[in-house]
Amino acid sequence: MSFYKTIRILDDRYLLDMVESTTTWEIEALVNQKKIDEKGFLKLLSPAGSRSLEKMAQKSRKESLNHFGKAILLYSPIYISNYCVNRCIYCNFNHENNIDRKILDKEEIRKEGEAVRETGVQHILILTGESRTHTPVSYIEDALDVLVPIFSSVVLEVYPLKEDEYRRLIKAGADGVTIYQETYDETVYDKVHLAGPKKDYAFRLDAPERSLKAGARTISLGVLLGLADWRLDLFKLGLHAKYLSDRYPDAEIGLSLPRIKKIGTSETARVDYQSVSDRDFVQMMCALRLFLPFCTINISTRESSDFREKLIPIGINKMSGGVSTEVGGYATNKNGCNQFEISDHSSVEDVMAMIEKAGYQPIMKDWMTL
Amino acid sequence: MLEIGGVKLKSRLLTGTGKYASNELIPKVLESTGSQVITMAVRRVDLSRPMQNLLNYIPKGIQLLPNTSGAKTADEAARIARLARAMGCGNWIKIEVIRDNKYLLPDNIETIRATRILAKEGFVVLPYMSPDLMAAKALVDAGAATVMPLGSPIGSNRGIRTEELIRIIIDQINIPVIVDAGIGTPSEAAFAMEMGADAVLVNTAIATAEDPVKMGRAFSLAVEAGRMAYEVGAGRILVQGEASSPLTGFLEA
Ligand code: SF4
Repeated sequence: MSFYKTIRILDDRYLLDMVESTTTWEIEALVNQKKIDEKGFLKLLSPAGSRSLEKMAQKSRKESLNHFGKAILLYSPIYISNYCVNRCIYCNFNHENNIDRKILDKEEIRKEGEAVRETGVQHILILTGESRTHTPVSYIEDALDVLVPIFSSVVLEVYPLKEDEYRRLIKAGADGVTIYQETYDETVYDKVHLAGPKKDYAFRLDAPERSLKAGARTISLGVLLGLADWRLDLFKLGLHAKYLSDRYPDAEIGLSLPRIKKIGTSETARVDYQSVSDRDFVQMMCALRLFLPFCTINISTRESSDFREKLIPIGINKMSGGVSTEVGGYATNKNGCNQFEISDHSSVEDVMAMIEKAGYQPIMKDWMTL
Repeated sequence: MLEIGGVKLKSRLLTGTGKYASNELIPKVLESTGSQVITMAVRRVDLSRPMQNLLNYIPKGIQLLPNTSGAKTADEAARIARLARAMGCGNWIKIEVIRDNKYLLPDNIETIRATRILAKEGFVVLPYMSPDLMAAKALVDAGAATVMPLGSPIGSNRGIRTEELIRIIIDQINIPVIVDAGIGTPSEAAFAMEMGADAVLVNTAIATAEDPVKMGRAFSLAVEAGRMAYEVGAGRILVQGEASSPLTGFLEA
């Protein structure tokens, strides 16, 4: 049974009732437990959990130290194309947007790679929009050809692929896959993805499992916070990670919690995003850590440097640094269009200094192509 | 004195590198513990930047024990071991083959395979294993220099939960037995040594302590104390039992 079939039977009303009726007493008991099950995880996401947040954070710190120690991995994203046939209301690369479209050729990809490698970063993500005509699987394969020899780990953040396509790219040296469902709420999902193949909720939802079947070493999941009810989205994100870790125990599973950023396009302006406070954010991080202590948690530059610094002792494992979210932003084209606005403009060195100041060790290399 | 792969070791406490707040702590902890063997993940070794290269923080004379963290099969472990040798980390290798990210339990079958491959290639092989006597024997046959059974899962700090199984291995295996993983406090390290373990490996409990240097010292004293007690016989609890009144006394008469 795929994960799509697993979550379709969930009753949101029932889940929210359980969240509402959770007491602080239950939270304290949960924090003292060795293991937390699905029901406990849901309760940790409740308003009562928010009231006992300090206790959750202390436990989260302990679990994080035991599992990962005081080390944080740095990575950078490299955008290689912004052609996209989808119309996601929250994204600047939206097909309807009249922006400069760009696709890097092999030489330009090499230059970008070298510029990033200069900064010391050895783990990268390569990103494209969704366009099987502009950036077919063979194009991504070419990009891997250039980048895999330069880096310790190259992860793909591209449109959802079929299992044999994932297999082909993993053979070409891809280390893992990042693919966020954006929201697990199927109705909201349909509303915010106005057109394009991304409308196919189930095909995207089961992409992480296809990549693991194809042999990916790492998989990162995430929700775009602000699209739908965060408690339900977080709960389902946790279930998704649990589902995968039960079936693919050798996979390294990562979790991301990007908060939506307002951007200036007409389609985006139309949406009412739900606000997600810093406190909510910390609660999500802690609940995930207590439920899935072995999963890595990743914080992107959407968050301010100040906020990221405060999250370190609670337990984060990966951070991006020196980030550009435009195509060719490191070497070729310095004034193109960003996918979203970033809050933390620090250089890789700044991020390293910040991690060190917090009493942690920045890690640049945590894998190698075998 | 403990001898592994032809190297004589005074200290019976092995340490790690992975979880420190800063590489600068490594030489200090080595000093406070007196540890002579230190393990590091090959996946983390970064020769391209001297500041990041943890090898630069390990004083001369310390035995490097690169480990194959991240390997899921014997072949991956073998490839990582060869990389380590090529990087100049020497010919000792701690095999970790783990296919379960939740509990980080080793895969004994793949570990035995990896040990056989690498021992043949001239490595001094120290395999991390689930404490199972038959697997330990197979590791000896495969050419392991030691066996390293776990006390409880990595990073769990839960102590020696596999006590009985480790006792049997200590009793039956004639190469050094190093208890690895799970030791959370100095008293647990002392306990493992009293049981007759030849050495212990402690990483998380030292690295994530508020004061790793002081905690390292505490572990080193505990290991020494436990070993001394073992040598004078404190740890020898009769496992097989002895009948209260002699049954063969009449034969003496
Ligand atoms: S989020 Fe991805 S798929 Fe959607 S418009 Fe942006 S680039 Fe295209």
